[in-house]
Amino acid sequence: MKLSDIQSKVDSTFFKEHQRKLYQSLEDKHTTIEELDEGDPLATKMILNMGPQHPATHGVLRLILQLDGETIEKTKLDIGYLHRGVEKIAENKTYQEFMPYTDRMDYLSPYSNNVALCIAVEKLAGVEVPERAHYIRMIGCELARISSHLLWLGTMVMDAGAISFFIWTFKEREKIYDIMDRLTGHRFTVSHARIGGVANDITDEAMGSIKEFVESFPKELRDYHKLLDRNRIFIDRNEGVGVLKTEDAIGIGATGPVLRASGFAMDMRKFAPYARYDQVEFDIPTRLEGDNLARYFVRMEEMSESIRIIEQCLEKLPKGPVRTDNAKQAYPSKDEVYYSMEGMIHDFMMTDTGICPPEGAEVYSAVESPKGELGYYIQSDGTGHPWRLKIKGPSLANLQVLENILDGEMVADTVVIIGGVDPVMGEADK
Amino acid sequence: MSLELTEHLQTTIDSLTETFTDKVIDVYQSSGSTFVRVEADAILDICKHLKDELKFDYLTDIFGVDRYTSDERFELVYNLVSLRHGERVFIKIRCEEENPEVDSVVSVWPAANWAEREAYDMFGFNFKNHPDLRRMYMPEDFQYFPLRKEFPLLGIPGSIELPNTTPDTE
Repeated sequence: MKLSDIQSKVDSTFFKEHQRKLYQSLEDKHTTIEELDEGDPLATKMILNMGPQHPATHGVLRLILQLDGETIEKTKLDIGYLHRGVEKIAENKTYQEFMPYTDRMDYLSPYSNNVALCIAVEKLAGVEVPERAHYIRMIGCELARISSHLLWLGTMVMDAGAISFFIWTFKEREKIYDIMDRLTGHRFTVSHARIGGVANDITDEAMGSIKEFVESFPKELRDYHKLLDRNRIFIDRNEGVGVLKTEDAIGIGATGPVLRASGFAMDMRKFAPYARYDQVEFDIPTRLEGDNLARYFVRMEEMSESIRIIEQCLEKLPKGPVRTDNAKQAYPSKDEVYYSMEGMIHDFMMTDTGICPPEGAEVYSAVESPKGELGYYIQSDGTGHPWRLKIKGPSLANLQVLENILDGEMVADTVVIIGGVDPVMGEADK
Repeated sequence: MSLELTEHLQTTIDSLTETFTDKVIDVYQSSGSTFVRVEADAILDICKHLKDELKFDYLTDIFGVDRYTSDERFELVYNLVSLRHGERVFIKIRCEEENPEVDSVVSVWPAANWAEREAYDMFGFNFKNHPDLRRMYMPEDFQYFPLRKEFPLLGIPGSIELPNTTPDTE
């Protein structure tokens, strides 16, 4: 199909240049192996626009697919529909003020995002974090991982055709929301971590519900396994679909479960341990097949590893403060703020100026978010605002993988592959 | 300042300074990360060397920094990981404000494709020999580079064409 034909049929009303270049780029992809398609007498070729408003794209992802019958010849992704410019916003906020924006990046696991930012700033400014806060953070991060994977599981299985499964995973997610509510005071966008620790200690109520969840969840997980592991329809939909080889995965920069399902055990929790991940035992689930089914098994096993980590954290949870007691580095506790003048001044100063890392200091720190390596690069100019804050989001890296693995697949598998890659657009679009 | 380097990073820096003696400008560490600043014109050769000889086979990210200085205003940072040795190194280059042109490294790491598009979109780096240099987030019709420091936080009114919100009266 010729570009001029597409242009005449599409007739965009705005962003004309954008649309033209996007279709041009689709036409230019794989031109080296493209044979001449003069004529196309059976008219089997078509360009399919999928998204940005499409339930199976998990947000505002837009794909343009060139189809030959039911086979995808080539794909281009168009992202940026949720671009809010958070990196620009970060340059105009104090470090702590920026934290709520991180909640809204990967909104399926806000806790990991908060922790990622805090760890980067703490490394930059040399803030010590109390032991107990590290463990609380780890519990929060692992709960966020389970929550994110549950959403992936529900939607991916729904994309493969089983609607009711979505409700069952959401039943469990709801429990995590309740735990988050008790632990942090918010169900969804938690903003619980603070630079120098966490906002508040685990209450008995929260502790009770975490313990209850840790006990009941493995049974649910077994039920999911029982339903899906040997399910003929599920396996047929996922096996050998969206295959990514190990070399390709490394070359294209795949991260998180997508990389591990392709056979490389890269996990930031082992690669560069943060918090207290070096003190707990866990395995990195890895598969060699690199297809969608492998990604399913990797994520399922990650959930049970998360439970294992939470159990160890609960066991090891030391007593002590949850935030560093240095008013120049972290918010003072509310007791101090309400009952002493110094506390109030410090609280005001933290809100107004915030923590000021040394001038010219640079840091890169990455955590293993549910989707993969989530890194923050921060460059300080000595003031309370970052000079440059760069977020390396795992979804962006995995979407680039998606653009490459879709070629040659069947159009009906598109939604399953998107589900398997599990992008979240809030993070990919920044 | 003395550097605390692990074995592989030491090998890397030795090898870089040996092979590209007059191209390596500075090696420094900050908050536990190692940064190597090199000449912009040698970036493609250095990247090839890093990948083939020193096994930095995983490109995590490429991003720009606006230093807002009169000379060598823009900085480009390559975030590289050696999976075999479990090491991370950052390569930095600087460009002038006028036409910041850099060799694309997509031929070395395919992962650079989107990262370079993002750097182009946000700062206006011009990557030579990039297979598909389009904007990543902003529409193609947008004419500014939003992460440059002179770009206002609230944006420029009228810079993005939006659809008509009132329905057509016919």
